[in-house]
Amino acid sequence: MTATATPRLSGLPDSPADLRTFLHGLPGVDKVGIEARAAALGTRSIKTTSKAQAIDLAIRMVDLTTLEGADTPGKVRALSAKALRPDPADPTCPSVAAVCVYPAMVPTAAAVLAGSGVHLASVATAFPSGQAPLDVKLADTRDAVAGGADEIDMVISRGAFLAGDYGHVFDEIVAVKEAAGPAHLKVILETGELGTYDNVRRASWLAMLAGADFIKTSTGKVSVNATLPITLVMLEAVRDFRERYGRQIGVKPAGGIRTTKDAIKYLVMINETVGDDWLSPDWFRFGASSLLNDLLMQRTKLTTGHYAGPDYFTLD
Amino acid sequence: MPKSPKAAAAVAERSRLAVRKTYKLYVGGKFPRSESGRTYLVDGDNVALASRKDARDAVLAARAAQPKWAGATAYNRGQVLYRIAEMLEARRSEFVALGVGAAEVDAAIDRWVWYAGWSDKIAQVAGNANPVAGPYFNISSPEPTGVVGVVAPGSLLGLVSVIAPAIVTGNTVVVVASTPQAAITLGEVLATSDVPGGVVNILTGKAAEIAPWLASHDDVNAIDLSGVGDAELATELERAAAGTLKRVVRPAPGADYTTDPGTGPMIELLEIKTVWHPKGF
Repeated sequence: MTATATPRLSGLPDSPADLRTFLHGLPGVDKVGIEARAAALGTRSIKTTSKAQAIDLAIRMVDLTTLEGADTPGKVRALSAKALRPDPADPTCPSVAAVCVYPAMVPTAAAVLAGSGVHLASVATAFPSGQAPLDVKLADTRDAVAGGADEIDMVISRGAFLAGDYGHVFDEIVAVKEAAGPAHLKVILETGELGTYDNVRRASWLAMLAGADFIKTSTGKVSVNATLPITLVMLEAVRDFRERYGRQIGVKPAGGIRTTKDAIKYLVMINETVGDDWLSPDWFRFGASSLLNDLLMQRTKLTTGHYAGPDYFTLD
Repeated sequence: MPKSPKAAAAVAERSRLAVRKTYKLYVGGKFPRSESGRTYLVDGDNVALASRKDARDAVLAARAAQPKWAGATAYNRGQVLYRIAEMLEARRSEFVALGVGAAEVDAAIDRWVWYAGWSDKIAQVAGNANPVAGPYFNISSPEPTGVVGVVAPGSLLGLVSVIAPAIVTGNTVVVVASTPQAAITLGEVLATSDVPGGVVNILTGKAAEIAPWLASHDDVNAIDLSGVGDAELATELERAAAGTLKRVVRPAPGADYTTDPGTGPMIELLEIKTVWHPKGF
């Protein structure tokens, strides 16, 4: 994933009023339709060699995450080591896409991951609430980048968004993007707090217009996290955005994706809606922690021919 | 023509169309159909034919239930087992109607009571305070093995005689039953007896199809081959179980379940933990 400076998009809304007109001019989301579509795509059966490929792809797409108050340097080192070699018993098992930690843990993880090709993502901007002054958020971001993070997961100010202050959210994303410099910017919409699919679509466009490289569903800290229909709304947004502005944006569902079956549903949905351009760790990620062990167990089941158990994988 | 006594009785009445039961699986405290959608006929009744994926789901349910069941007090587990006996007593006639002899149903009820009594006593029999040369308490205490796959023998008493000794100490079980109607009716008894969902999971179908998946499963800690008649299958299962160092229970063929089982069946599914603790001054 190479970070490129975002060119000023032509046809971008000029003023906050224009932005508002633009976002509210987006077509509404057909709630029943999008849920039915996501549910229908979730029924596909993926077996044998296709399943093996899907599992390896899903492992390569995992942002292995630990975002707990109780994170210790030891835990972060262990997790980073696991990111490099998820299944030490099987050298053919691919590495995950990235490790995702709090800014304070970035140097610890960077020491393990340096030069490995596994990215290092850091949440920033007063994650998870985003309720802090802008200069604190920018300092948070700069610290993370200085510590070695090459991906920044920022949260938007949902309060400002829900109050209709789109210009404020837009400017914040632009400022964080600038502070993040060469690092890739993932913008967390926290869809569970946005309330409606229409808001998810608006927030997606807002983030993309402001220069996001990725849009991410959730922090994993609220009760409603990534769901198939919400991710579908976001996938449609990145597809339409690319059609309009010629710039491809990635999507990262996070939180609540725990099983291989869930992960494969997402892969099927990508392939069937936005196409296989997004079927790559550069353009799609899973923000997850327990998902990886389930993927490894399913992978082991396919290679050994018998069911695997959690006793044979790390606790993390 | 319906062959089961119940269905035949309903036909004989001719007053109304009998509501016939499909015997489904008992997994995680619920009665799901087989994920494969398959059924087979046993004495005129439709019975779910479990697949390897049902076994997988059952192991997940058993694993999820195991820590809490093992963590319950022995007294509490004993109460639950006694409750099973009470509920079984209330449904005696149902088992008799399924063709299980009245004496066998009684023996099965008594067996639950017998094992219920053992729940808070087995530790005294299987455990010990060991005399050691040093200023230490040295205590061996039994702990449940974990998730046990059971190929059950073909009688109600046999079925109870393999489930009860496993669960009384805190194991959870995935049972492959060869007497489907009686086994699932027993499942209905368990479901109404305060047995937490997932502690006992009952699959109906072919042992030769399901048992190898249990024997090779990394997350199954022991396998009881009491109901495997085919010596070749038993050997194959033992070999598969060796891959994960499972504890294997394989009694001599032709076991008589009417006699006193002794503590053996319980102790076989226990692991002994020995603790050294310095004595105070």
